[in-house]
Amino acid sequence: MRWLRRNLVVIAGLGTLAYMILPNLVVTVFSFNNPTGRFNYAWQEFSLDAWKDPCGVADMCGSLALSLQLALWATIGATVLGTAIAFALVRYRFRARGAVNSLIFLPMAMPEIVMAASLLALFLNMGIQLGFWTILIAHVMFCLSFVVAAVKARVLSMDPRLEEAARDLYAGPVQTFVRVTLPIAAPGIAAGALLSFALSFDDFIITNFNSGNTVTFPMFVWGSAQRGTPVQINVIGTAMFVIAVLVVLAGQMVGNRRKNAQPK
Amino acid sequence: MTDKTAGGDVRLAGISKHYGSFTAVHPLDLTIPQGSFFALLGASGCGKTTTLRMIAGLEEPSTGTVSLGDREVTQLPPYKRPVNTVFQSYALFPHLNIYENVAFGLRRRGIKSVKKQVEDMLELVELGQFAQRKPHQLSGGQQQRVAVARALINHPQVLLLDEPLGALDLKLRRQMQLELKRIQTEVGITFVHVTHDQEEAMTMADTVAVMNGGRVEQLGAPADLYENPKTTFVANFLGTSNLIEAEVLEAGAADVTVGSAGATLRLPAARCSTTPKAGGKLLVGVRPEKISLVHADEEDTVAAGRNKIRGTIAASSFIGVSTQFVIDSPVCPELEVYVQNIERDARLAPGAEVVLHWNPEHTFGLDAAQDIDAGIETVEEGA
Repeated sequence: MRWLRRNLVVIAGLGTLAYMILPNLVVTVFSFNNPTGRFNYAWQEFSLDAWKDPCGVADMCGSLALSLQLALWATIGATVLGTAIAFALVRYRFRARGAVNSLIFLPMAMPEIVMAASLLALFLNMGIQLGFWTILIAHVMFCLSFVVAAVKARVLSMDPRLEEAARDLYAGPVQTFVRVTLPIAAPGIAAGALLSFALSFDDFIITNFNSGNTVTFPMFVWGSAQRGTPVQINVIGTAMFVIAVLVVLAGQMVGNRRKNAQPK
Repeated sequence: MTDKTAGGDVRLAGISKHYGSFTAVHPLDLTIPQGSFFALLGASGCGKTTTLRMIAGLEEPSTGTVSLGDREVTQLPPYKRPVNTVFQSYALFPHLNIYENVAFGLRRRGIKSVKKQVEDMLELVELGQFAQRKPHQLSGGQQQRVAVARALINHPQVLLLDEPLGALDLKLRRQMQLELKRIQTEVGITFVHVTHDQEEAMTMADTVAVMNGGRVEQLGAPADLYENPKTTFVANFLGTSNLIEAEVLEAGAADVTVGSAGATLRLPAARCSTTPKAGGKLLVGVRPEKISLVHADEEDTVAAGRNKIRGTIAASSFIGVSTQFVIDSPVCPELEVYVQNIERDARLAPGAEVVLHWNPEHTFGLDAAQDIDAGIETVEEGA
């Protein structure tokens, strides 16, 4: 009893971790399955077939490439715009500042389905051909508020004297921004960018409304789930998961090394 | 310090700063000689930091000009002025190590080989072995020295220090005061130091400007300011003064005689900041450590010609090297007296009748038309 009480926090923590990891484990395990029918829902036998030929399903890798491309451009667009907006909101006093400050977070609060429908109505009324560009515009829009939130928090907590010190030490406005402001704001910008990439990569609702004939990876998965799920989907899912975990681990290792590298 | 040409003097001419309807600094004329250690002293909000920031270029003056030697720099942005600042919170760049922090100014001016200079500078502030560390890994005192090194390495004409010791504890602050003074003597650059700590200003600076409400109240060498305050603010802000309201009985060419509640006091006419007139009012001041104290029974031992006041000990506190007494007297309810602990008279306890006496030469006179308590509360606020 006492042992239980003492380790309750650890047990609860492990339980939560298991709850979060379990779906990923199922995905991973079923990526080695060799299903008999069109659906990959029941375990049959171990097989490496799908891993040996990840692009064996028609159109899947094309949609994956498209999604990665979209995520990359949406991230770049949202990060550049969002960083600029965050700096403007913190540093400058202008007439619409209050309005922008609250409206910028609207996409976070609004139901995605409503935004999706409104955007479609907008694009149709303007006579814009649905496809890569409409998806990109939509993705940049909903990623923007997350970047602004992340960067704004960082810029707000930044000591304005650091920039004064830079100017005092012969750095002009551009030098001050590149050498001092940007590096200090970098963690916030990086957080916003990572969030943008993840949000854009797996967005389904808004993309589905505004894609026209273009098929992204989430749309491909959704479509195939109705006709049968190829094992390759699990392979891609597992690969994404492993890459994400590796990136986090690498980040932590770099951080630790930087801490330990200091002489005593 | 050897070069006394006017080439490097800092000259402020009619400089002022308004924020909306609030005037932070009233039009001010100030010349800071090259190579001097100059202190701007005052309580928070007196305009001293604003004045410093106008010299640095971080604040644009509303009127007036700033000149370095013969060159007017009023319109120059901070990164084009040969002036560097040590900020109150140090403002070290958190993402750069100590070496890169110190090298920052040199690199921005396009100097490629910085290694030798940076190492020499880190040696000067005794931080050679910390070059690879990040600022947050250093103690407050070490960070402060990095901030000084980062500014000094650029060989500015003027080094500006904005309360650089404010964040340090008392012992470290004393140590850094001596350190800064040593560095200043070594490099011979003009230092302009902003502080609210009167002891700091007096121990470090050659010249102190006491600021109050956006104006310079008085300017001079520390000893001169302490001995001859011209206003009640300076008298109370720098150390402690006993100020007695008195009536002028006789205003001679050399001596002035005043009376207050039955006591007759004398002071040199030269030490009055106004011209006393017989029948007029005068504030008579004397520093607590100039006063001697004897028990009332021994009044006859007091030499003739000294200023004498009777009173009762209201409180006494023993602080080691001296004992501080508060004396209740008819001329002033709370006279402060500091007595060195050489021979202690056991009878000098609260309630005892005593006689205070001091050399009339040590008395100063101030214009009675000012607030007698000016500078007292602000000290507490600032500290």
